[in-house]
Amino acid sequence: MTACARIPSFLVLLCALALSQSAHAAELRIAAAADLKFALDDLVAGFHAQHPEVEVVVSYGSSGNFFAQLQNQAPFDLYFSADIEYPRKLADSGIAWENEVFSYAVGRIVVWTPAASPIDVKRLGIQALLDPNVKKIAIANPRHAPYGVAAVAALQSLGIYDQVEPLLVFGENIAQTAQFVQSGAADVGILALSLAIAPQMHGAGQYWEIPLEAYPKMEQGGIILNKTKELKAARDFRDFVLGQHGRQVLKRYGFFLPDVGKK
Amino acid sequence: MDWQAIGLSLRLSACTMLILLVFGLPLAYWLAGTRWRGRFLLEAIIALPIVLPPTVLGFYVLMAIGPLSPLGQFYESLFGSRLPFTFQGLLIASVLYSLPFAVQPFTSAFATVDRRLVEASWCLGVSNLRTFFRITLPLAWPGVVTGMVLSFAHTLGEFGVVLMIGGNIPGVTRTVSISIYDEVQALNYEAANQTSLALLLFSFTVLLVTYGLQRKVIQVWPTR
Repeated sequence: MTACARIPSFLVLLCALALSQSAHAAELRIAAAADLKFALDDLVAGFHAQHPEVEVVVSYGSSGNFFAQLQNQAPFDLYFSADIEYPRKLADSGIAWENEVFSYAVGRIVVWTPAASPIDVKRLGIQALLDPNVKKIAIANPRHAPYGVAAVAALQSLGIYDQVEPLLVFGENIAQTAQFVQSGAADVGILALSLAIAPQMHGAGQYWEIPLEAYPKMEQGGIILNKTKELKAARDFRDFVLGQHGRQVLKRYGFFLPDVGKK
Repeated sequence: MDWQAIGLSLRLSACTMLILLVFGLPLAYWLAGTRWRGRFLLEAIIALPIVLPPTVLGFYVLMAIGPLSPLGQFYESLFGSRLPFTFQGLLIASVLYSLPFAVQPFTSAFATVDRRLVEASWCLGVSNLRTFFRITLPLAWPGVVTGMVLSFAHTLGEFGVVLMIGGNIPGVTRTVSISIYDEVQALNYEAANQTSLALLLFSFTVLLVTYGLQRKVIQVWPTR
């Protein structure tokens, strides 16, 4: 036997490996906005303890990106957006289960600087952005990321947008924006409070919360996709997030609750 | 249509191509002629960007040129400005990213030049440098052009690295691929379509002209 003869059997083995899938009980696939990263990981762990038969798989990304993917039948069971407008539009186009859009939290934004920064953001507040040490300011892309829209609105309403505009750099979503500041590549960033107080970021910098009045309310909402094959698990998870435990976790990670944040 | 982004991408591609020509030619010439035993090591390093995902390159380049790294601090003390989110920063990443696409064709072009012709030139008393420009380079020219076209095209199509380190600044780091991505994200499919179509036509024309001139001037695909 030559080496050539062994190649086909090797290929067969590779194909078999590629096609084999371990059998799961129920797999719940969630598309979630990047600002939920830490809070949702916590929630998933809590949910899994109560429902060990359900395997929850979360993809984090920008809400607008998921919106376009879901419009094109992306295989998700649940969608948590940072802007309730996206799920509303999906419900309008008829791909939400029962046309029901749920609101789960209200997002908050902060001015964040790394711990090593000479800028005292807690004392300066929004004026920190005008500090001469600031060469680059990272915000999420206002074209499609809800946190970027909120950041620009806040800069405008606080009257410093024109001054800081040449310094702005845009992260693809709020998590990349955080990475830009954390790596020192940008000096200051406008981030989600949920990221600023998450264990992975806490202690790495300090922040000042931008008053809620400075930007439009960032109502965050989601839907269950009507194509889901795991309807029961999806509903259980939604109820878990909206329930007592879920509300506590979201609050701990820096979200206002939908009814509390109302103005 | 985002003309600013198209212009920026063309500028970035042209600059990357020129830098790779200036630094890639001597490197390739040396690689093609050397009998150094560690040659394979350098070849492996140069070929890395072909294998590595742009995310790895982007992540490390941002770390390396950021103000927290020694390299970034050195640059800042030298020029008083920083590299991340600038055209220069993007250029550094692009040169690294497209390095194998220039150096590999250059090297194989130099390797195929008939050594006897070069030696004949030397025997006639022509200097090393003159021999290079009069004999070696003209004979290797098809491969050199291939390397230039490929590095230009590869930079034009660069997306992941720019997304990782660019910061999406109009006219500075918002290249055409990022601009298209943005329009798609913002659900402006019409605008995305226009710019995509322009890029498609442009790329096709460049390759068409390149391959059309193939037999006369340059060679990319093997001739039959």
